Amino acid sequence: MDALASSTRRGFLKTGGGAVAALTVGFALPVATGRALAAAPAAFAPNAWLRITPDNRVTVLCGSSEMGQGVLTAIPMLLAEELDADWSTVRVEQAPVDQAFANPMFGMQATGGSTTVRAHWEPLRKAGAAAREMLVAAAAARWKVGADTCRTEAGHVIHAGGRKASYGSLVAAASTLPVPEAPVLKAPKDFRLLGKPTKRLDTPGKLDGSAKYGIDVQLPGLLVAVMARAPQPGAKPVKVDDAKAKAVKGVRQVITLPQGVAVLASGYWAAKKGRDALAIDWDLGPAADLSSAKVSALLDEGAAKADAVALSAGDVAAVPAGATTLSARYEAPYLAHACMEPMNCTAWVRGQGEDATVEIWAGTQSQGPVQGILSQVAQATPAKVKVNTMMLGGGFGRRFAPDFTIDATLLSKISGQPVKLVYTREDDMAAGFYRPASVTRFAGALDAQGRATMLRADVGSPSIMAASGFMKIPDNGVDSFAMEGIADHPYDIGHQRLAYGRSEPGPQVWFWRSVGHSQNIFFIESFIDEMAAAAKADPFEFRRALLTKQPRYKAVLEAAAQKAGWGQPLPAGVSRGIAVAQSFGSYVAEVAEVSLGSDGRPRVHRVVAAVDCGMTVNPAIIERQIEGAIVYGLSAALYGRISFKDGRVEQSNFHDYPVLRMNEMPRVEVHILPSTEKPGGIGEPGTPPIAPAVANAIYAATGKRLRTLPFDTEALKKA
Amino acid sequence: MITLNVNGKPRSVDAEPDTPLLWVLREDLKMTGTKFGCGMALCGACTVHLDGQAVRSCQTPVSSVGAKKVTTIEGIGASRTGKAVQAAWLALDVPQCGYCQSGQIMSACSLLARNKAPSDADIDEAMSGNICRCGTYNEIRAAIKDAASTLTKGA
Repeated sequence: MDALASSTRRGFLKTGGGAVAALTVGFALPVATGRALAAAPAAFAPNAWLRITPDNRVTVLCGSSEMGQGVLTAIPMLLAEELDADWSTVRVEQAPVDQAFANPMFGMQATGGSTTVRAHWEPLRKAGAAAREMLVAAAAARWKVGADTCRTEAGHVIHAGGRKASYGSLVAAASTLPVPEAPVLKAPKDFRLLGKPTKRLDTPGKLDGSAKYGIDVQLPGLLVAVMARAPQPGAKPVKVDDAKAKAVKGVRQVITLPQGVAVLASGYWAAKKGRDALAIDWDLGPAADLSSAKVSALLDEGAAKADAVALSAGDVAAVPAGATTLSARYEAPYLAHACMEPMNCTAWVRGQGEDATVEIWAGTQSQGPVQGILSQVAQATPAKVKVNTMMLGGGFGRRFAPDFTIDATLLSKISGQPVKLVYTREDDMAAGFYRPASVTRFAGALDAQGRATMLRADVGSPSIMAASGFMKIPDNGVDSFAMEGIADHPYDIGHQRLAYGRSEPGPQVWFWRSVGHSQNIFFIESFIDEMAAAAKADPFEFRRALLTKQPRYKAVLEAAAQKAGWGQPLPAGVSRGIAVAQSFGSYVAEVAEVSLGSDGRPRVHRVVAAVDCGMTVNPAIIERQIEGAIVYGLSAALYGRISFKDGRVEQSNFHDYPVLRMNEMPRVEVHILPSTEKPGGIGEPGTPPIAPAVANAIYAATGKRLRTLPFDTEALKKA
Repeated sequence: MITLNVNGKPRSVDAEPDTPLLWVLREDLKMTGTKFGCGMALCGACTVHLDGQAVRSCQTPVSSVGAKKVTTIEGIGASRTGKAVQAAWLALDVPQCGYCQSGQIMSACSLLARNKAPSDADIDEAMSGNICRCGTYNEIRAAIKDAASTLTKGA
């Protein structure tokens, strides 16, 4: 079940909006203009996504945000397949905001939850197929032959008699025809493009500096704003001395907002110097004494009272005599996304009242909702809010939040100038929207034969649903994000109770690549490993025996083990660990080969991943997404931690929030299993299994069980 | 006014002397290919060359540049090494989000200019100052070797 997709659809459509301090306004519906968005003079544009011009160029508009996951290539591929376009003539443009580009799984134009391919798999293919049928009909009419005697290939309609017409030559005639409502789609066996490794369309601009990210926007008279952001949600600047800031050459204005103090200047450097010269007394509010120890204690309280039951089967209390029992406590910290491109947005609010218009340029994952939000911020009608989606220098969920677009719009509205707001790395890292910290207590039992018979999980964690501003915790009290990966684990265990206890230490929580799976798969795949060890069983065989009713899990587990040479000898000091997960509709198993450095830091040499993501669009991008997701998860497992002291975040930049670098990069092999299932997501599912695979490898080598993230190198030094 | 030589052309800018070269390139000269990532020389996104040497432009005051030749991602393709590196990056489709890749390419070019056949250890040493959050390190390594082989063949 995809919590994000189902909940956002519900939440957004209700014009959602529990206000969150950090968001200031709720999400709202965008506008549908009904314009023929792709239309250009003399072009064939049967739907919002497609435009074919007489010069045979095929242009596909992509309404999703490109953050490296390849949507600017995948979306055109879906359409081009059914169109039978000549791929070398296909180009892609970023679409404007319009309900025509709403992600069908969200009902909103937004990019997240590894949904783009899943959501557009059918509509984009239908769009291509409908256009193809119109072009065939136009050619058949011109040749006075039956449409069924014509076929299409590489941008041409070809008649059985040998006549051939390019799509460009049919543009005018096809434009006069009705759009078929139920075009016939190809059988997957007839795909020419889908499922084949295909070069990305967005690479060239990323090699010579010409690709434009949000931070690259230039406008005449543009002011740059750097903002001292509230160090805690709910914190307020109570006293601001801006005399020194205003004395910095280039500083034009200092604006205090409830969520921070912004310095507007002629350029970034002056604004940054001005920001550093501000003297601000913050009222930290209720979180003034927040510490990581207090966070842990609160999460423990949540786990202790876990009474929102996600799944209950049998009787967890009835452990038969002779059973082996075990229990363990796991903990994961808050995490920042640390996108390479710090959060930024350029906004220009012009006019007042009914004449007010807003234009923003931003790398955003939620351009649809943002249009509605900014219309509230600037008190303009949604139709007068134009959102230009730029390239995203990393997203990982962080750019699903609207905070930076809200701040930029407010600053432009107040100053009356076009403003580019750029968060410093430090303000970016300290200002919330974290992966939730979480504690899970497990109990398990094994029968005399060493088979798992009971599993109990009590999860204490904050609620992303409540924090999101557009979702609501369902009546059963279970936040789906806090429980995903645990509540839907695949293992065949008779007696189970998997429950959630909400705990809210205070920091703003948010979606982070693979969301709840990012910590929960570490928890459960480590505990299953503990059960295997208690049963004195091989961790791969132990899992396999519990997966007989789960063929897709079992297949990736077996494939990863086989490709990794599970059970084969390894060099001295190197050990293997395995983990498996399903998230976002895709199944991934990973085997990690790990050794332990003298500094107590695990060194990962090789990762073998097996993936079943259903039918594939572009295997080349799938391999890279899995590899990149492994790096993202490994960075978190080895280093990732946002901690608190006296109410403030202790990390600020890449020196105290380290991430994986070239010299630590393992070899990665990705094996994609052939599948005829519908496509699953691919941007996130590679992340969850890596932390437990590495931790389980460390256990195999040392007997030391790692139950907290990031891995405790001090403890491992003694291992 | 401060005079710079950027990608072979003289450029004059009116900037405070302590302004990092990064912001002069991005804002005064509107050359936005060089990226801001951390502001503390920790991530490498802002890497440019000064007389062929890779430096972090976010920690390079514009007043310290003097007559040194500044090369940026917008100009690196004019050199034989730059051309080979960009071609290898394209052939292997290295970037994902792409934001760090200007810096990666500049660091790779600097490495290859002084080392025609870098070993894995050489690549680790030269490239570990450049962070990629998308995790394209293996593709970067392969592309550097690919470019090295192109450059050696043509020599």
